[in-house]
Amino acid sequence: MIINAIAEIFPTLMQGLRITIEVLLGSIILGYLMAFVAGLCRLSKNPIIKYITIFYVEVFRGTSLIVQLFWLFYALPILFGISLGSDYLAGVLAIALNYGAYMSEIVRGSILSVAKGQTEAATALNMSRFQRMRLVIFPQAVRMMLPEFGNYLIQMLKATSLVSLIGMTDILYYGDILRGNNLSQAPTVYFLILVFYFIMALPLIWLTRKMETASKKGVAS
Amino acid sequence: MNSGNWQWNTFFEAFPVVVEGLGITLGLTVATYLFALIFGFVWTLLSAIRITPIRWLFRWIMEFIRSTPPLVQLFFIFYAWPMVPIVGFALDPFTSAIVGLGIHFSTYIGEVYRSGIEAVEKGQWEAAKALNFSTGQKWSKIILPQAIPPTIPMLGNYLIIMFKEIPLASTIGVAGILNLANSYGSANFRYLEPLTIVALLFLLLSYPSAILINKLERRMNRRFDKKEKSGSKPLKEEKEGAAS
Repeated sequence: MIINAIAEIFPTLMQGLRITIEVLLGSIILGYLMAFVAGLCRLSKNPIIKYITIFYVEVFRGTSLIVQLFWLFYALPILFGISLGSDYLAGVLAIALNYGAYMSEIVRGSILSVAKGQTEAATALNMSRFQRMRLVIFPQAVRMMLPEFGNYLIQMLKATSLVSLIGMTDILYYGDILRGNNLSQAPTVYFLILVFYFIMALPLIWLTRKMETASKKGVAS
Repeated sequence: MNSGNWQWNTFFEAFPVVVEGLGITLGLTVATYLFALIFGFVWTLLSAIRITPIRWLFRWIMEFIRSTPPLVQLFFIFYAWPMVPIVGFALDPFTSAIVGLGIHFSTYIGEVYRSGIEAVEKGQWEAAKALNFSTGQKWSKIILPQAIPPTIPMLGNYLIIMFKEIPLASTIGVAGILNLANSYGSANFRYLEPLTIVALLFLLLSYPSAILINKLERRMNRRFDKKEKSGSKPLKEEKEGAAS
């Protein structure tokens, strides 16, 4: 009986898989991009760039993702009279801006924790500010970021489930429809959804472990 | 940048409506946090069981809970649990939120406890044994007094993280600030002001708490990490850390 139920539920949930993965990939790419941009801007010597970045990071770290999502989806179009055009953009933007803000602190912290002697050595070699960052500081900082970055992959996967709340047809959206059709199916439906997410999380967990070992490799501690 | 879209009278009209949910939101945060603190201890015990297959089973269950969305877990507790044969029973939205979000975060809290206990030096365990302490004495007099204080800032951080996940409960009808803002929005076709109020309230509450936790963390670091290192150099670092 359970097997029959699963056979009935499984294909419906599969329909939502594509949206979930699309939102996840968009969020990962844009989120990491935001992390590097904001992390570097935070270290800028230009006070305007620096304080705008601080404002962005603190606002997005200080409020809930779900509030940001609703705000981008419902409130932003009213405020500026422009619509983001699609729920996909609102969903990805909310997740990317939120986790980008968190991860920018990792970028900043890693860059700051590269030993000072490295900057001095690069200066002594007559490197420009840009060369110093690109060739000396950044490559050393990136490996320090890896373990934390891995953890945020799983956080972003979990966050994608929120897009069903703005009407995107992801796994959870189809799950809610199935529950609406037949309430007694709910345990199987939601358990299967959890399994779906866990299976998607497994490669990310594996990747996180890989990133951790890569980050430790060849570093004397 | 059409500022005409922002209506101050809507803002002032919606403000008291939304603020009314603050008590529920904060109450739910505290209740969920307490639940997670207690349940986290259960995970710590379960993942320390000496029988390897059982320990692995619980570790995987923890991993499962931690890497799947809390929103789905919340729906599972609220919609699916009453339908589970034999053991299932219905929970009201508030309790569902405590259990659903509490279990999710307890897996993180459990890890915090574990890291605290593992950070206690080996010599301390050996000393307890050498002094012929009983298990109860060992834990209450030696291990826990050293394991708990360094984890306090981490636990504080999780309180703030949880506070920001609490509005998920609005999806199952807990009348916190987000829920009230959404109802105001759908009743008056104005989402901008109520949602902005919600964001402002979160910012107002979580930002000062984050600063407070940061201060606490720095103080703890001074007490527990750097005290062990002797010499004048760490002291200097400490000053720099406090100033920045």
